[in-house]
Amino acid sequence: MTDKSTTLADLCIAAAAEAWRGDGEILASGIGVVPRLAASLAWQTHSPDLMMTDSESVLVSEPVPIGPRGDYRLKVEGWMPFRRVFDILWAGRRHAMTMPTQIDRLGYINISLVGDPARPKVQLLGARGIPGNTINHTCSFFVPSHTPKSFVDRVDMASGVGYDDARWADGVRRDFMELRLVVSNLAVMDFNGPGKTMRIVSTHPGVSVDQVQAQTAFELAVAPDVRETPAPTPEQLAILAALDPHGQRATAVG
Amino acid sequence: MTIGVGGWGARRKPMALIRAIARSSLRDLTVVSYGGPDVGMLCAAGVVRKLVFGFVSLDVIPLEAHFRKARESGAISVMELDEGMLQWGLRAAGYRLPFLPIRAGLACDIERLNPSLKTVRSPYADGETLLAMPALRLDAALLHVDHCDERGNSQVLGPDPYFDDLYAAAAAKTYVSCERILPTEALLERGCVHSLLLDRGSVDGVVEAPFGAHPTSCSPRYGIDAEHLKTYSAAAKSDEAWADYRARFIDVTDAAYVAAAGGESRIESIPHTIF
Repeated sequence: MTDKSTTLADLCIAAAAEAWRGDGEILASGIGVVPRLAASLAWQTHSPDLMMTDSESVLVSEPVPIGPRGDYRLKVEGWMPFRRVFDILWAGRRHAMTMPTQIDRLGYINISLVGDPARPKVQLLGARGIPGNTINHTCSFFVPSHTPKSFVDRVDMASGVGYDDARWADGVRRDFMELRLVVSNLAVMDFNGPGKTMRIVSTHPGVSVDQVQAQTAFELAVAPDVRETPAPTPEQLAILAALDPHGQRATAVG
Repeated sequence: MTIGVGGWGARRKPMALIRAIARSSLRDLTVVSYGGPDVGMLCAAGVVRKLVFGFVSLDVIPLEAHFRKARESGAISVMELDEGMLQWGLRAAGYRLPFLPIRAGLACDIERLNPSLKTVRSPYADGETLLAMPALRLDAALLHVDHCDERGNSQVLGPDPYFDDLYAAAAAKTYVSCERILPTEALLERGCVHSLLLDRGSVDGVVEAPFGAHPTSCSPRYGIDAEHLKTYSAAAKSDEAWADYRARFIDVTDAAYVAAAGGESRIESIPHTIF
């Protein structure tokens, strides 16, 4: 469990957990192994008021470990069928981290399809809840493989909203939306570049700003105090080992 | 004809009814669904003209092979929506409203790719621009539940009703298949009053279809049959593979289907997927 892939995954998870810092008593939704572990880690460390589900229909009092559960029993504290997730997200009481297939400079993500929407080259899931999530509450993203094919000049379909002024019609409320953090296998980014564009906040150990730029199809801004992504602490590593007893995170990055 | 299909992804889909449609002379359907193998199977059977959807997934297998094939070959047209917009459209239809206002879908490609969607401006001081999600009126809703009585009172024992009651409300006719038809007085012996999801006034027909959600789950009785879904997905590889699947699992009686899927005891022992 100390191989290179697990180490990188742990680093990404600890960095992604920072997305929820200071969020208070809201629903933390992490869709996918790394986002879910990141939300769980945030809850168990710096953000103890967060709420999470079992990824199905109940709220739990502690994060549910990933994979087969053995004797583990869910600690249920509430009911959260899919319809109530909509109630919560429309009220803005949620911060979701999802895994887009494509993401661009102004934060538009695509999980719908590759190619022409009229007749796609590859049909993916469909927009799911991304349009409603992104316009109603804070969203963050994890991209396991940072390449010019995932960090694209323009997404083939904008499954959600982003920071292009031209796409916001008069009278549409923008003040509920925030795209907070993007974590990839190479770097951590936010949208505090010029004109709310994507900006490198930190690069992972052994990765340079130039390397991140070379794997990105658009020009990234760079934070003036860009630094190295901090390594996870022993406390964080112990929590992750307990939350992922089967080591699923080892194959979740890269 | 527009049909709405209850359940969610690979969960509590009325698959016995879907298989019956695949065997029928129905064609050119508009299908409204939080899609799983219901959508893929109807696409593969060639009976779908248009799909109104937020996603199509088998959950345990993220992408739906038959749906992909239909989209990538241009065989169907689509109205791609946010999941919440779909809920809102069903609610609007159920409440006999022309539309319900929503923010989801604005300022992204949902709006751009669906030029029929219009916006409205709040008549109050805020003046906010909202998307007017049109009512999704259904000619028929198809649902699968645990128990019904003979008049249509319907019980869901699983932890999530999904949006089944909204499909029923949005539909001119609602047809419910169930694991078992019980006398009315027996329903509360099986679950608490909150489990009685549909009243008889919103249900037009019931049919007993044991394991009628297979290969999707019907919690708590059985889980998602991941093994079967692999076989089903592989049938998208060629016309021959689909013809073989169809002969084994669709063009058969319900009893023969259950036997072909491994029999009652096997299906009842399918564990619940851990997400």
